[in-house]
Amino acid sequence: MTYQLVLSLVSGVFIAGSAAYLGTLMLSRKMAVVAGPLGHLALPGAALALVYGFSLSLGAFPFVVVGILLIWLLEIRTKLQMEALTAIVFATGVGIAFLFLPIDKAEAALIGDISKVGFYETLAATILGAAVFVVVNRCYSQIMLVSIHEDVARTEGLNVKFYNLVYLLAIAIIVALGVDLVGGLMTAALVAIPAAAARNVSRTLAQYGLTSGAFGISSAIVGILTSAVTRFPAGPLVILASAVIFAITIPMSKV
Amino acid sequence: MSEILLEVKNFNVTMDGSPVLSGLNFSVEEGEFLTILGPNGSGKTVLTKALLGLMPYEGELRWHMKPRIGYLPQGLNQMSVRDLPLTVKDFFALKKLNPREISKCLSDVGLAGNVLSKRAGYLSGGEFQRMLVAWVLAPHPNVLFLDEPTTAIDVAGGETIYSLLRDIWREQKLTILNVTHDLNIVFAHSTHVLCLSRFGHRCYGVPKEVLTPDMLNEIYGATVNFYTH
Repeated sequence: MTYQLVLSLVSGVFIAGSAAYLGTLMLSRKMAVVAGPLGHLALPGAALALVYGFSLSLGAFPFVVVGILLIWLLEIRTKLQMEALTAIVFATGVGIAFLFLPIDKAEAALIGDISKVGFYETLAATILGAAVFVVVNRCYSQIMLVSIHEDVARTEGLNVKFYNLVYLLAIAIIVALGVDLVGGLMTAALVAIPAAAARNVSRTLAQYGLTSGAFGISSAIVGILTSAVTRFPAGPLVILASAVIFAITIPMSKV
Repeated sequence: MSEILLEVKNFNVTMDGSPVLSGLNFSVEEGEFLTILGPNGSGKTVLTKALLGLMPYEGELRWHMKPRIGYLPQGLNQMSVRDLPLTVKDFFALKKLNPREISKCLSDVGLAGNVLSKRAGYLSGGEFQRMLVAWVLAPHPNVLFLDEPTTAIDVAGGETIYSLLRDIWREQKLTILNVTHDLNIVFAHSTHVLCLSRFGHRCYGVPKEVLTPDMLNEIYGATVNFYTH
């Protein structure tokens, strides 16, 4: 196994694992699809990264964070659904991206390029992925209660705005990291598919989070290793691996 | 004589620039089972939310002692958790309660301990509603706000829930503020009633004294026949 493959696998495992864990919360808030538009929002940053030759995630991160903060502020101000606000903000992001995204280099921005990830990017993915997992794990009950009924959460003394912000920032980090793994086009799949597969086979919340994380990690390993052998791009293979896992879980659905 | 727990004076709530409640005055004594009664659109839920600090209001709202509030809102029903792999135990864990407390609360509402491992979304309607009552009571509130707590279940199930609430109210010396549009509930269970209408008519007091046929006609804007025994 080459050094480069080890870096790709480590990055992929941390990004996909934490994305899948966060995805269980997003699925329960009917927001799994939101990661897609947010991935598109990362495209202007990814375009800048390609033009000036730095990390895709680094380029994507400020754009996703600004987008997330805009959505958070607009939600408080307008009370529109987060889905609608995300659509507005993401369309703006895509518009900006296609003004200066060099189309001949667009592939990495659109479908990711984890096979060329460097040491420092791997380090960042490891630290940030682990941080998102720990923060989401500590706030899981609170964010779930906010999802189930916001007014009940408020009467229980929870600072709903704070937990919404934590949740959205976690999404921003995962989406920015996810651009490296699967590109701006497919980040929704990183959070949605493992969580949906986990929901099919889980009875309890603990099983749900654990299984989703495990499915995410397995998909990343299978996708990256298959890419190393076949030379197809890793991003689509990671997504296909998780789609296969989802298909296997359909007959086991607990509904 | 009981102490005053909550005083509301010259209370106004406006939504989209239109007044929903204006100049409302009432007080709630400790241990009262107050039903907030009125037809749809009279502002019952708005009043509840404003009293809970969930929406802005003008006027005076004074708690005479710090309440420990339990809130069962109208929108919290089985559909809220149906799609989630969430057991009853998980549902209680969202409030970070210890397992012994959970078992006691479930037994208080007549649910067996084995319900803990069942998925909350797949309990029967009546079981789910009992579980919600236990969930609200588990952190030991002294004031309960209930907003139409029986809308999702049939009449018999609803009556069971109210009988249960009444027993718990007596045993635990709770103060209950309960929203409903069901007159049966008021006469059967409440010590006091606050009625609201879309036309600004109000009443407050002991149900049998204030809910006269004329008052009911004013509140509901139509002839309402109701017989108390």
